[in-house]
Amino acid sequence: MSIVLEAHGIRKQFPGVLANDDVSFDLKKGEIHVLLGENGAGKSTLMNVLYGLYKPDGGEIRVNGQAISMSSPRDAIEHGIGMVHQHFMLIPVFTVAENIMLGMESVRGLALDEKVVAERVRELSRDLGMELDPNAYVHDLSVGVQQRVEIVKALYRKAEILILDEPTAVLTPQEVEDLFKIMHDLTNRGVSIVFITHKLKEVLEVADRITVMRGGKVVGSTTPSEISEAELANLMVGREVSLTVDKAAAQPKETVLEVSNLRVLDNLGTVAVDDVSLTVQAGEILGIAGVQGNGQTELVRALTGLARVSGGSIRLDGQEVANASPRRITELGSAHIPEDRQKDGLVLPFPVMDNLVLNTYYLPPFSQGLVVHWDRALENANQRIEQFDIRTPSAMTHVGTLSGGNQQKVIVARELSRPIKLLIASQPTRGLDVGSIEYIHGQIIKRRDEGVAVLLVSTELDEVLQLSDRIAVMYRGKILAVVPAAEATKESIGLLMAGITEKKPA
Amino acid sequence: MNKRRFYFIAAIIILLYLIVILIGSAQISPLVLLVSLLATTISVATPLTLGALSGVFCERAGVVNIGIEGMMLTSAFFGWFGAVFLNTIWSVPPLASLLFGVLVAIIIGGLLGLLHAWLSVSLKVDQVIGGTVINILAIGITGFLNRQLFFEKNSIFGGQIPHAPGVLPRISIPFLVDIPVVGKVFEQQPIAVAAIVLVIVANFVLFRTRWGLRTRAVGEHPRAADTIGINVYKMRYWNVIIGGMLAGLAGAYFTIESVPSFEPLMTNGRGFISLAAMIFGNWTPFGAWAAALVFGAAQAFQINLQQFRAVIPPEWAFLQYSYVVGMVPYILTMVILTGVIGKTVAPAADGTPYEK
Ligand SMILES: Nc1ncnc2c1ncn2[C@@H]1O[C@H](COP(=O)(O)OP(=O)(O)O)[C@@H](O)[C@H]1O
Ligand SMILES: [Mg+2]
Repeated sequence: MSIVLEAHGIRKQFPGVLANDDVSFDLKKGEIHVLLGENGAGKSTLMNVLYGLYKPDGGEIRVNGQAISMSSPRDAIEHGIGMVHQHFMLIPVFTVAENIMLGMESVRGLALDEKVVAERVRELSRDLGMELDPNAYVHDLSVGVQQRVEIVKALYRKAEILILDEPTAVLTPQEVEDLFKIMHDLTNRGVSIVFITHKLKEVLEVADRITVMRGGKVVGSTTPSEISEAELANLMVGREVSLTVDKAAAQPKETVLEVSNLRVLDNLGTVAVDDVSLTVQAGEILGIAGVQGNGQTELVRALTGLARVSGGSIRLDGQEVANASPRRITELGSAHIPEDRQKDGLVLPFPVMDNLVLNTYYLPPFSQGLVVHWDRALENANQRIEQFDIRTPSAMTHVGTLSGGNQQKVIVARELSRPIKLLIASQPTRGLDVGSIEYIHGQIIKRRDEGVAVLLVSTELDEVLQLSDRIAVMYRGKILAVVPAAEATKESIGLLMAGITEKKPA
Repeated sequence: MNKRRFYFIAAIIILLYLIVILIGSAQISPLVLLVSLLATTISVATPLTLGALSGVFCERAGVVNIGIEGMMLTSAFFGWFGAVFLNTIWSVPPLASLLFGVLVAIIIGGLLGLLHAWLSVSLKVDQVIGGTVINILAIGITGFLNRQLFFEKNSIFGGQIPHAPGVLPRISIPFLVDIPVVGKVFEQQPIAVAAIVLVIVANFVLFRTRWGLRTRAVGEHPRAADTIGINVYKMRYWNVIIGGMLAGLAGAYFTIESVPSFEPLMTNGRGFISLAAMIFGNWTPFGAWAAALVFGAAQAFQINLQQFRAVIPPEWAFLQYSYVVGMVPYILTMVILTGVIGKTVAPAADGTPYEK
């Protein structure tokens, strides 16, 4: 098969990082070529170079055998390259049709001709076995549908080469299956696809060929028949990693957290958490599965005192804490690993040392009266850095300059280094590399075995399935079901995440 | 603009008019009074409408422009200077001089727009600071040049305040103007008419054309626009320049259409009230126009009530104090800005420089 797209010796330097170091890559007509690598490996950078968004510092790009110079996405589009970005490039307040035509508008006289565009959008989406309403506003659509808009947007520009940058990160398992179907439809029609991911299972399912990147370099090229999941993981991370979580059966004891009929409004005043009741026992992990945006964020914010509770009760160790201050909840023995670590978990311009005592600095031994004993905080920091293997030049380094994995370790170190009864962990491993994930999962299991009640919120279904003892599925603000982990399968939870509850036979 | 906002605006204007008509009907027939109120409203609303349209173009493209006040003031001065120069030194007939003055005002506005675009799009200076720079610059330049050019002994006009070319004549809309009494409403000066036409044009451009779609795209999500090959910087530059030209036309209103003279600081905060009108109008041309009409009506209310001071009934005695009625337009501005009639939403990338 002919090679449609070829990158040769691409180099891209960012301040302080060599994001692409002599990277070569090629794509054959009609194939799905997976580009695999951990966060920060340089995958998006390479694709942005191929799409004309970044100017490479060296190397050559060929389309259909011809060397081309790319200075803007316009050049890429002209050569039939389309890209669905990791963060969608749609304008929320525009309609589907407006988003799709933007930059390639049809006009009659001076006015936009929306009818022609709408017709073409309907046609293209029907070809792919889906229905897109050209007049719907993008902000009203689910992420899955938004992604289809992105795909149709590329096809509208007559893309023959489609780059999908981590398209599955935001989808439910069913949506992932649908996406794979669409991808195969497209390749059957001769479209060639670059598919970027760091999820190993998907790779083996869809790839025709696989290229693995690490630290800005290509470290291997293979096909699914030649390699196993474990070997892929080792190649991607560069060392032996364990993909499974080892844990003993849970020994649940007394109830630590009891939530009844909880109601929380989001900042627009709509009901985000709707009549939720749940309990978490000491020594067990309750996992909350669900697609992003189904009320998990608001639930956690209410439990940690960061959002107003507008109905129901939250009892922590027997005490009512609905609408209590975050400090009171913390002092009652609740630890919080927040969803957005940079916004809610750390003060980025502060040193590691300060961040490690953010919730204890006013207590002995760090404070006496009005005086803070920084020497003790420093001593504490050095111990934690050692104990939790935080990779930082020193305790005085600003936390904002650390990598995502190490920032998360700072939070974990702070939250787990005091006596706690409850751990609320929200997306604890989002965006982290396999090595850090392994470590943080280990820490969570360790606390459970010590008798801490753990509430785990994650949109990664695999994570919930691996760690939890019981699984609750959240959909549109409600808990649809709570099932023992032993009885849960990826498929059954996936259906619930999409809001489908099986009808019981009458 | 949504229905609620429309009713709110209509209600305020009718209320203001009713108070004046009730009080004034002792002296003047209500119909004549209504016509005069409408005329004042439209006239006062003219620079506010144009100023708000200026804001709409800039902010829809993602550039906050609080320099509209300064752009108006500078254009008012140079437009006036251009017209007077042609008329007195080169003896060009008044009308041609005045039209030239309008052209100068628009060009000066456009150049200040270019300056603002350069500061905020290329240099990525904080846009509020960039706008403030223009406002301060405007006060300094116009104050200084006004003294140098018009009042210095050895200036081109020889220290004599020149004979003015007058103001732009009224144009009347055929047929409608012949209606008895009410017909007077259809006799307006050119910039007032232009402002209304420009509202319609701006609405079409922003919401029906390729240019408008791309403008709104770079104001909402510049990176998305960039990824499909739209030149974000170019769109922002041009829209800020267009905005500057609209502010320039608003400036011409002060010295070429309203009164035939320039005075320091004569724009008197109208540029800022324009921004309030833009926000109240939810960044749409028609909304901004409606808001400008509210301020116009409030001004008409104020001017007329002062006339009828003598006949204000004793139980409404508080309306006799000129500072009470004089506050009305400003109180309305504040009330409207507090968002009592629902939240407005700015373009998502408004005020944020785009980094590639
Ligand atoms: N615009 C940018 N400016 C500076 N550094 C960047 C930029 N984009 C990416 N990087 C850096 O380049 C490296 C590769 O990033 P990226 O290509 O996004 O990785 P991946 O997509 O594989 O997760 C990372 O270290 C990242 O921090
Ligand atoms: Mg990436």
